[in-house]
Amino acid sequence: MSLRSPIGRVLGLGAAHEGVSHWWTQRVSAVALLGLGPWLLISLLVLGAHDYATVVQWAARPWNAVLLVLTVATLFYHSYLGVQVVVEDYVSHKGAKVAALLTLKFLHVVLAAIAIFAVLRVALGAAP
Amino acid sequence: MATHERPLSPHLQVYRWQYTMALSILHRITGVTLSVGALLLVYWLSAIAAGAAAYERAAAFFAHPLMRVLLVAFSFCFFYHFANGVRHLVWDLGIGLERRQARLSGRVAISVAVALTIAFWLVVSLRDAS
Ligand code: HEM
Repeated sequence: MSLRSPIGRVLGLGAAHEGVSHWWTQRVSAVALLGLGPWLLISLLVLGAHDYATVVQWAARPWNAVLLVLTVATLFYHSYLGVQVVVEDYVSHKGAKVAALLTLKFLHVVLAAIAIFAVLRVALGAAP
Repeated sequence: MATHERPLSPHLQVYRWQYTMALSILHRITGVTLSVGALLLVYWLSAIAAGAAAYERAAAFFAHPLMRVLLVAFSFCFFYHFANGVRHLVWDLGIGLERRQARLSGRVAISVAVALTIAFWLVVSLRDAS
C-alpha cells in the first residue's frame, strides 16, 4: 500500500513542497561535518598555546585556511537546512513561516560571509 | 478527497513515553543550540582578523567562568549531535532500525557524548595547567 495520494505521487513533492534534494543535501553536509568538526577541535587542541601570534600563524597556513572556509560554509549550510525543518514543523501560519525562513536565511548568509571574510583576511595577510 | 486507509500519525495521548523519543528530541535541541553557538565561531574568527587587541578581548571573553560553563554545554551539544548524527546516517543506510538496536545505539550515542565531553575538557584543563 502506498501512503501517498495519487496527486502527491504525480507531483513528487513531500509535505515540505519540495523533493528529495533538501534531505539529501542535509545528509551530505552532515557527512562533511563528520570530518570538518573533529578536524577543527583536534587542531585547536594540538595547537596548545592560543596567543594571538600562534593562532594567526595557524589560521594563515593554506590548508588550515581552506578547511576553515569549508567548515564555516558547510556548517552554515547544514544549520540553515536544519532550522528550516524546525520552522516548517512548528510555524504553521504561512506569513509567519515565510518571514521566519527569510530572516533565518539572511542571518545564515551574512554570518557565513563575515566568517569567511575573516579567514581570508588572515590567510591573505591583510589582518592588522 | 483521499479515501485511502492510512496509518494515523503518532497519536500523542496513546503513545508511551520512551527514552528513544527523548534522544530524538535532544538531537533537535542540540542542533538548534549549535546553530546559535555558531555565533561564537564567527566572533572568534572575526576577532583574529581584527588584530591583537580585539583578539585579546575575545580571549578574555571566552575565559570568563560563565562563558566556560556555556562552552562546556555547547561542547556537549556538539558531541551528542555528532554521535547521534552518526546514528541517523547509519539509519539512513537502512541499518539498526530494529527497536532493540535503536535503544542500544541510543545508549551508545549518549555515552559517547558524555565521554567525549569529559575527555575534551580534561585535555584542555591539563594543557592549561601545564
Ligand atoms: C558534527 C557533525 C554533524 C552531524 C554528523 C550532523 C548530523 C545531522 C543529521 C543527520 C541531521 C538530520 C536529523 C533528522 O533527520 O532528524 C541533523 C540535523 C540538524 N543539525 Fe546537524 N550534524 C552535525 C553538526 C551540526 C552543526 C555544527 C549544527 C549547527 C551549526 C547542526 C545543526 C543541525 C540542526 C539545526 C538540525 C535540524 C534538527 C531537526 O530537524 O530536528 N548540526 N544533523
